[in-house]
Amino acid sequence: MSAVLELRDVHRTHGSGATAVHALRGVGLSVSAGELVAVMGPSGSGKSTLLALAGGLDRPTGGDVLVEGEALGGLGPRELARLRRRRIGYVFQDLNLIGSLTAAENVALPLELDGTGVRAARRLALAALAEVGLDGLGDRFPDQLSGGQQQRVAIARALVGERRLVLADEPTGALDSESGEAVLHLLRRRVDAGAAGVLVTHEARHAGWADRVVFLRDGVLVDSTAPLVGVEHLLSGSGR
Amino acid sequence: MSIRHGLLALLERGQMYGYQLRAAFEESTGSTWPLNIGQVYTTLARLERDGLVRPLPESEAGQRPYQITDAGRADLALWFATPISRGDRPRDELSIKLALALTTPGVDVRAVVQTQRSATIRALQELTRLKYASDKPEDLPWRLVLDAMIFQAEAEVRWLDHCETSLVRFRPGPSRPAGHPEAVDRTDEAARR
Repeated sequence: MSAVLELRDVHRTHGSGATAVHALRGVGLSVSAGELVAVMGPSGSGKSTLLALAGGLDRPTGGDVLVEGEALGGLGPRELARLRRRRIGYVFQDLNLIGSLTAAENVALPLELDGTGVRAARRLALAALAEVGLDGLGDRFPDQLSGGQQQRVAIARALVGERRLVLADEPTGALDSESGEAVLHLLRRRVDAGAAGVLVTHEARHAGWADRVVFLRDGVLVDSTAPLVGVEHLLSGSGR
Repeated sequence: MSIRHGLLALLERGQMYGYQLRAAFEESTGSTWPLNIGQVYTTLARLERDGLVRPLPESEAGQRPYQITDAGRADLALWFATPISRGDRPRDELSIKLALALTTPGVDVRAVVQTQRSATIRALQELTRLKYASDKPEDLPWRLVLDAMIFQAEAEVRWLDHCETSLVRFRPGPSRPAGHPEAVDRTDEAARR
């Protein structure tokens, strides 16, 4: 199965010299179509950095990020922006909905920016809103919707069109557990329909929705499905 | 668990006789698990039978110390490396295991925490998959049972996260209680190897 997202020996260092912070130190990760990978780790372990690099919002200081086989490092700003609009959907903790636009307009915006006609964009936006259970609410403004509904609008915006890669950073935010679960359900369904998904979360219950859970620690990935250490290392007396 | 593994972990610190083991066991488990001396000697006899500990010559005071064997050490390592399965926990073996891991020389406690976390999250994935597949209205009672298990597993992971954060902050060196010089010697030897 081909990888939709591939990180090859990715490094990200902020600053230089003695004050340099190594957010990621040689991370390799491959996510296939139909696969949802959850990334867990303590605060400051590099989770959000990883997601920003995967989505082309930040560039690595070493290694390659590939989306559908295309190395992001080789793209100019304009090509990168187009790839982000067309192929990658983001769901953030902060919803970033525009208050002066209706739900449907918020969802249609990335399509319109990408050159889709207004009417076609609206049709796709309404379909995306229906997919997340907001049938008939397309003309409401964000402040006329509940927190859970607003989060669904943000999800619809991430899923609208032909996004092959969905990136979610703590997507359930401050929602109650039932609404949070609905968000994960939507994400799961989209992935089951063929997208690749990466979910950054610190909540184990949410990571439970993933096919694979990987752990980041000090900028290094540890796969949950692989044994962490052999038995012999545990009592070798070597400590560190 | 595993008084067996508790005693093995204590003997990994150094040789001890029965009453010392009982006191150290109670101290390690915060007295949440009182042992009587009979249990200690029965367990020691079984450990000896299985080749995991060996008795040493009696002291003048008539106390017979025991020493962990290589086989015992391997058995202990396996116990620390093996996650506890959900559903079969007569006592809170996990918290006791972590308490012992902290005070046993040479154990990588973060690795013990991570091994358990992976196993618990794998259980969470299974439970979530079952729940996702049970979406008919008549499945509600079953879904609620699954939810209970999911929340329990989540609580365990949160506690493990908490343990790890505490470990990162304090990062204690391997504890080597005074009075067991041979434990220190052995660990140093291991480190030299």
